[in-house]
Amino acid sequence: MVYEVIVDGGAGPKVHRLEVEKIDDRWECRFNGRSIPVDAVIPRRDVLSLLIDGRSYEIKREQTGTDLHLWVGSTRFAVELRDPRSLRSRQKNSGDEKGPRKIVAPMPGRIVRLMVKENSEVEAGQGIVVVEAMKMQNEIKSPKKGIVKKILAIAGAAVNPGDLLAIVE
Amino acid sequence: MFRKILIANRGEIAVRILRACREMGIATVAVYSDVDRAALHVRKSDEAYAIGPAPASESYLRIDKILEIAKRSGAEAIHPGYGFLSENAKFAEACADAGVKFIGPTPHSMNLMGSKTSAREQMAKAGVPFVPGTSRGLSSAEEGEEVAESIGYPVMLKAAAGGGGKGMRLVHTRKELRSALESARSEAQRSFGDSEVYIEKAIANPRHIEMQVLADEHGNTVWLGERECSIQRRHQKVMEEAPSPIVDPDMRQRMGEVAVKVAEAASYTNAGTIEFLVDQQRNFYFLEMNTRLQVEHPVTELTTGLDLVHLQIRIAAGEKLPFRQTDVGIRGHAIECRIYAEDPDNNYFPSPGRISVLLQPSGPGIRQDSGVYEGWIVPMDYDPLLAKLIGYGSDRQQAIMHLERALDEYFVAGIKTNISLFQRILRDADFQAGKLDTGYLDRLLRNGNQSGTEIAPPSTEGRESEMIAAVAAAMFAALEPASPVGENGESAGPASIPSNWKQKGRSEALR
Repeated sequence: MVYEVIVDGGAGPKVHRLEVEKIDDRWECRFNGRSIPVDAVIPRRDVLSLLIDGRSYEIKREQTGTDLHLWVGSTRFAVELRDPRSLRSRQKNSGDEKGPRKIVAPMPGRIVRLMVKENSEVEAGQGIVVVEAMKMQNEIKSPKKGIVKKILAIAGAAVNPGDLLAIVE
Repeated sequence: MFRKILIANRGEIAVRILRACREMGIATVAVYSDVDRAALHVRKSDEAYAIGPAPASESYLRIDKILEIAKRSGAEAIHPGYGFLSENAKFAEACADAGVKFIGPTPHSMNLMGSKTSAREQMAKAGVPFVPGTSRGLSSAEEGEEVAESIGYPVMLKAAAGGGGKGMRLVHTRKELRSALESARSEAQRSFGDSEVYIEKAIANPRHIEMQVLADEHGNTVWLGERECSIQRRHQKVMEEAPSPIVDPDMRQRMGEVAVKVAEAASYTNAGTIEFLVDQQRNFYFLEMNTRLQVEHPVTELTTGLDLVHLQIRIAAGEKLPFRQTDVGIRGHAIECRIYAEDPDNNYFPSPGRISVLLQPSGPGIRQDSGVYEGWIVPMDYDPLLAKLIGYGSDRQQAIMHLERALDEYFVAGIKTNISLFQRILRDADFQAGKLDTGYLDRLLRNGNQSGTEIAPPSTEGRESEMIAAVAAAMFAALEPASPVGENGESAGPASIPSNWKQKGRSEALR
């Protein structure tokens, strides 16, 4: 199996190409052309135990609505995995900066107020709506400069993580 | 002894009290709001009853409903925990009227200590040292200026009914005083419905150190040692330890004696805590008394060997304290981390939601009091405390070592927590040297990066971790082909059943 893995440990995303093949009860992993024998076990959901050349690693996985994070020790990596032969992956990869961007609720809470109107211009980082949770107010900001195409959030309404609040284009 | 106790609380403290009851052979009654039906304290109780919708004002603060459940279930006593109704004298009174024992002090003691000015007045009579200032609310700005002149600037204006930093103003010069007094008064009126404001000398970089006391209903009062609580944020304690790095046996003895004097002056019974401000010369001043069990009580338990909840229940049942002051010894060191559902990358904003993965630490020198489990949805309606992780050892260094190791083992996914903050504090040189004051944490967070999450260094080690992350991503995908990792987040997650046909077809296609 061949994977393209985009890994971001905070210093910017890097693309790695991995080939994984099962040989008997072991795995052979070719990482950027280098061959690594890997012993891998999933002892429980979201935990992976790796043995590489006698060294033991425990990797933890966190999946949110939109992102995937892997923890190696106390370092967190944002990870995206693509099957290079899949057309869908390629489509998904295009046009991230251009085009509409969805703004979703990052946590369950209540909409306190809307900070902009539909069709108004916003800067990247400008507040769009205020969500309250655990008695704290949290400004949800625009991920890009553009026009607020749609506002779906309603003041006073309860929201769940992943709920669509607004679209900026 | 009581046969059945109702616990008028939720979260980790409700579980803590349930456990004590279970140990003592006492049946337990839990109460819960609509969002807490699946909460740990409900699952672990002998009986549980719904008391209303999520907002605390409609559930955990409803005296009438809680007493109705007590009556219906035949509970003989109520433990209020901390927060909610724990320091509400009206609730204690209502319990007495309903013939249910309130596990805590009398309404009289609570009322006396509830107002900061009346507490100061009472303590002045008892000869307790407190920060110079007035014991009554200020009648005018002129009076304020006069008092400030006599005790010296800077001064602090404080709401008599206050708490949580509301109605508090630091005043450096005479000309600021008048407007500061006005704004403190209106804030106090808005927050507490009481505009009474008094004045105190401001202490620069104080420590916050408190003393645990225990009093039975037969006139015996003892102190159980201090807790250092200077590590705070937004007036909220984050980390506590016992003993304090700066308190020696002589100072402990003097603080303990003052604390006992305070408790006796208020005819106090059951568990209570006397809070002190400590200046840089190690002078201590009475601040206020908390008339309940504290969140941070475990560090006292671990350094005295006593179980405070057992003792609270025994005292409420009319028993005498089973030991004297001379029997109390302080041994070893304990440090508590309050694990909050907060996002370190987003200015420690609350982060409620579903806990998708929970790996909890254990092993030598570790105690954890938790109110959550994997799969639990942390509601947005209450305070964000998930659990308390306490490290203890023969000395401070040992306790730190146990804690550092345990925090490495601790992993929570689905919601954000402040676990990384503790790793940062434990590594900090000032913390290790015990150089603490109430401004410590704000300084630590201002310096260095704001984010609590480590950024992979561009070192060999960082590159290796990155490689491991990439290999792990591929191996997760290879070992569980139906997981979201292999499908760009489009499949249904762990609950979806992998299709062998699909899997086989895919691996064939990739050959």
